[in-house]
Amino acid sequence: MRGRLPALGSIAAVAVLIAVLPFTLSSYNVSLVAQVGIFFVAVLGLNILTGYSGQISIGHGAFMAIGGYTSAVMSRDHHTNLIVTMLMAFAICFVLGLLVGLPALRLSGAYLALATFALAISVPQLPLQWSTFLGGTGGVQSHTTVSDRWIYGAAWSCSAILFLLAWLILRGRVGRAFRAVRDSEIAATASGIELSLYKTLAFGISAAYAGVAGVLFVMATNGFAQPTEFGIILSLQILIGAAVAGLGSLWGILAGAAFVGLLPQVSTSVPVIGSDHGRDVVFGLMVVLVMLALPDGFAGLLARLRALVRA
Amino acid sequence: METLTSPLAGLRARGIALGGAITVYLLLGGGAVFLLVGCLQSTRFAQLTVSGLAVGAAYGSLALALVLIYRATHVINFAQGELAMATTYIAYQLIQWGLSYWEAFAATLAIAFVLGTALELVVIRPVQHRSVIAAVIVSVGLFILIDGVVNWIWGGGIRFMQSPFSGSYDLGGVNIQHLYAGMLGVVLGCVLLVWALFRFTKLGLGMRAAALRPAAAALAGVRVDWMLALGWGLAAVLGAVAGMMYEPSQLLLTPTFMQEALVYAFAAAVLGGLESPGGAVVGGLAIGVFLNLLAGYLPQVVSLEVPFAFAVLLAILLVKPSGLFGRREVSRV
Repeated sequence: MRGRLPALGSIAAVAVLIAVLPFTLSSYNVSLVAQVGIFFVAVLGLNILTGYSGQISIGHGAFMAIGGYTSAVMSRDHHTNLIVTMLMAFAICFVLGLLVGLPALRLSGAYLALATFALAISVPQLPLQWSTFLGGTGGVQSHTTVSDRWIYGAAWSCSAILFLLAWLILRGRVGRAFRAVRDSEIAATASGIELSLYKTLAFGISAAYAGVAGVLFVMATNGFAQPTEFGIILSLQILIGAAVAGLGSLWGILAGAAFVGLLPQVSTSVPVIGSDHGRDVVFGLMVVLVMLALPDGFAGLLARLRALVRA
Repeated sequence: METLTSPLAGLRARGIALGGAITVYLLLGGGAVFLLVGCLQSTRFAQLTVSGLAVGAAYGSLALALVLIYRATHVINFAQGELAMATTYIAYQLIQWGLSYWEAFAATLAIAFVLGTALELVVIRPVQHRSVIAAVIVSVGLFILIDGVVNWIWGGGIRFMQSPFSGSYDLGGVNIQHLYAGMLGVVLGCVLLVWALFRFTKLGLGMRAAALRPAAAALAGVRVDWMLALGWGLAAVLGAVAGMMYEPSQLLLTPTFMQEALVYAFAAAVLGGLESPGGAVVGGLAIGVFLNLLAGYLPQVVSLEVPFAFAVLLAILLVKPSGLFGRREVSRV
């Protein structure tokens, strides 16, 4: 227990900080930090898949779209409570994740990256095809909209609950199986691990997390679910967040989520370049630099620092 | 004993590979016959086919760039399309400064080569041996960075770039624009040059060796690092050709004009087999013609072109991940 004290202490400190923040920040900044919370959930989910079970996905924006549309459509047609739609999005995306995980069993590495990229491109086009049900380019408007503070609370409560859930899943038998599959599929099979079961399970859990993030994401855009906001960039942001956080560790997630949630907003006002273009230049440059400087992301940096302190 | 030594047994042993190849060639032959018959039947069909082939050649060139990079460094370069877009902007700028089109074309190819080589040396080499994910993320970062830089320098607005080709031929009643004939000729010419470089020169041999057997190549005295960097340079050149030739067919120059082409190039590369350079070009031509005919005869599905290309990609990945011409990857454990 004593070895865990610093870890528990830092989690408690971050939790207190996040709980206090909305009372001191302006409304705009509250929505920014809420955005970080939304990315926290999505990046956490992708890390379970890519970091722990070793399957890359550039398609998690697709699951966010499915979650977001589930919530918006249920709210529009049945006035369902938004918290309930989160549970529904979790369940639906879990099942769809399992279904996507099945064909993904045949693919790995670069091929899986391309296949999931295809998913991210194709899914946001579906509302254009079934426009009467899914609203076409105009999107779907939820029946209820909520305030920035509400979203902030919801996003960070979800983050806390899902972080705990991820920790519980990953510390035990299932997490061990995931890591074994990631490190060597053949060795894992030889130790009696059912490959197809655990690989699809990782896809399901990860997609369910993305689904919840999608619901929060739609709430944050005034309850509007639109095809354009779930473009390929969203999927890329989640992947970048997971890599910057550090794959295969839960300690860097906050940094990864803050990186993709805040950096594009903060860098709109860089000197010299200025305005909108500066955002892409700085963001792209930072992505490349962080990947070169921190091969294992912020989690790796933390681990190295801890080793330094101990030595 | 007898069965082992008989020539039939050898044939049977190769049976699967042979059968696979025959199916592929029958399929391609069937497609070619279909196009030929269609072209003879209808001038509209013929025009759509020609313009499809021309656009498809640009996809094929970009796909070939992806394949070269994938073979050499096992990186899927998501920034390839944006790099092609940026070099097209450079060509545009050179023309604005008073160079003629073909002078600008040649200068741009040289700049693209240097740019591609430099990118490999500076940002790809450190992550290349790390993991697929690290390399993918760096190329995604480059995608965003290049996009930002082009928007910063030239702005996001629409630009017009003169086309080197104008007018049209008349071939048996079929009206063929010089633009399409020129695109097809220039792109396929460049592809042939690259093929000849790989096939007939010592440099090309070194590059192939470095890509396929890096350790053995290094022992034989090949500078593997340099070969991989040159491979990236060549890929950037092919991308620049694709960009400059594709631009007139889109009529307008915007910072996003290559994004859709990149999507089709991915589909083309997977269709031909990610490891097969010839397959990439054939795949590009096939996708170009197919999408053009689709858009020409079924205008109501135009908005679904991109998902459609990706449905093709997904189907191939699931049914035959090695593509039409690729060999199945075998790895030692």
